Amino acid sequence: MDGVIGFFEKLGPNLEILVARMPQILDGIQATVLATALGGLLALVIAIVFGIAQVAKYAAVRIAARIFVEFFRGTSLVVQLFWLAFVLPQLPYPFGWRLAPLVVAVLALGLNYGAYGAEVVRGSIGSVPRGQYEAISALSLSPMRGMFRVIIPQAWALMLPSLSNLWIQLLKGSAIVSTVLLYDLYFRVEQVRDQTGTWFAFLFALLAYYLLAWVIVIIMNALEVRAKHKIGRGPALSKSWGMLFRAPGSVVKGGALV
Amino acid sequence: MNPSWWDWNHAATVFPLLLQGFKITLLATVLGTLIAVVLGLVVAIIRRIAPTIIRNPVTWVVEFIRMTPLVVQLVFANLVLSPYIESTLAIGIWVLGIHYTTYMAEVYRAGIDSVAKGQWEAATALSLPVARTWRAVVIPQAIRNTLPALGNYAISMFKETPFFVVIYIPEMVRVAQTYGGDTFRYTESITLAGLIFLVASYPTSLLIRRLEKKLA
Repeated sequence: MDGVIGFFEKLGPNLEILVARMPQILDGIQATVLATALGGLLALVIAIVFGIAQVAKYAAVRIAARIFVEFFRGTSLVVQLFWLAFVLPQLPYPFGWRLAPLVVAVLALGLNYGAYGAEVVRGSIGSVPRGQYEAISALSLSPMRGMFRVIIPQAWALMLPSLSNLWIQLLKGSAIVSTVLLYDLYFRVEQVRDQTGTWFAFLFALLAYYLLAWVIVIIMNALEVRAKHKIGRGPALSKSWGMLFRAPGSVVKGGALV
Repeated sequence: MNPSWWDWNHAATVFPLLLQGFKITLLATVLGTLIAVVLGLVVAIIRRIAPTIIRNPVTWVVEFIRMTPLVVQLVFANLVLSPYIESTLAIGIWVLGIHYTTYMAEVYRAGIDSVAKGQWEAATALSLPVARTWRAVVIPQAIRNTLPALGNYAISMFKETPFFVVIYIPEMVRVAQTYGGDTFRYTESITLAGLIFLVASYPTSLLIRRLEKKLA
C-alpha cells in the first residue's frame, strides 16, 4: 500500500483521512507556529542584547556576552532541549523546575538561535561604514543617540537577510520538540502515518513546513524592504510588492547557519 | 564528595559510553561533510551551466530540501529506505549530507560568482576548453573563498547530528538520553554530552575564525 504508486492510488481516501484528522493537525500547526514565533521573538531579543553587548565599551560586558554566545552556540540545540526538559527538574531547590513543554521549546530555541543571531547583530554593527561613526561625533550626537538613530537603523537593514535565514533554521529546528513532549506539526503527522501511509503523510508534512518557511520569508522580505526604504536605499513597499516573493538568498559570509 | 544532584559515579560510568557515541557523531560529521562538499559543487555547477529544463527542477528541489526540517527528512527517508538499506546510520549520514549539500551549493555559487569576470575572459582569450577553464581557473579561486563557510557548516552539521535521535542512531546524545532513561539520572549524562560538544566545537570555530581573517 505504500510507495510512490500507492501514493497516487490512495490519494483520494488519504485526503479524506487528512480532512478528518484536521483538528489534531491544526493543533500541531498551532504548537509549531507558537514555538517558532515565541522562540523567534526571544531569539531576536537575545541577539540584539548580546550582539550590542559584544561591542560594549566595558571589557567585562564584552567578555560576559562572548561567553554566553559561545556557550549556547557550542552546545547543541538538542542537548539544551533535553537539559531543560530532563535535567532541570532533577536539580535541587531553588531549581528543580518542571517547565511546560512549550516553555522548554521556546527557551531552547530562543537561546540557541539567539546566540547565533548575536553574531549576526555584532557583524552588522561592525560593517556599518566607519564614516557613519565619525558623522555621529561631527554632529555631536550622544553615543546612545548615535547608536539608536544612526548605526542600528543601518545595521538592521544589513542583518535582516541573515535573521531571515536564522528564523527558518529555527522553524526547522522546532521539528525536534516532540522529543520533549510538545505535540507539534511533525508529531501529529507521524500519528496520521499508519492510516495514510508514509509517502502521503510525510509529503504533507514537508509541504506544510515549506509553506510555513515561506511565510517567514515574506515577513522578513517585507521588513527588509521597509528598512532599506527608511534609510533611503530602496523603493517603498507599496511600489515593490514583487520583492516579497524573492527566494531567500543565502548569506554566506560570517557564521554558519546564516 | 557527592552532592545529591551530581554523582561522580554516574559521571564516570557514562563518560566512556558517551565517547563511544561520540565516535558515531564524528563519523557522521566527516562523511556528511564529504558528501556535502562534493555534491554541493556538482549542484552549483549544474545550476550554472545546465539548460533551463534541468536547472529549474534542480533549483526547486534544492530549495525545497533547504526549507524543510532535517528531522522530518530523516524520519521520512528512514521509513522509506529501511527495507532496502540495512544501516540506519548510512541513511542518516546521507540525509544529513544531502541536507547540507543545499547549503554548500549556495556557498559555491557565491564563490563562483566572486571569481572576477576577467578570469573567464582570460580563459577564453587563451582558448582553454570549458572543462579546463572550470578545473584550472574558476574552481581553485572559488574554493579558496568558500573555505571558512565550509568549516562553519561542518561545525553546524556536527551540532545537528543529535537530530539522529529521531531515528534511534546511538550517537552521543541518544546514548545520554538512553542512560538517563535507564537510570533516572539525566543530570550527568546530558550535561557531559553538552560539555563534550562545547569542548570539541569551540576550538574548531576559533580556528575557522582565524582562517577567515587570513583569507580576507
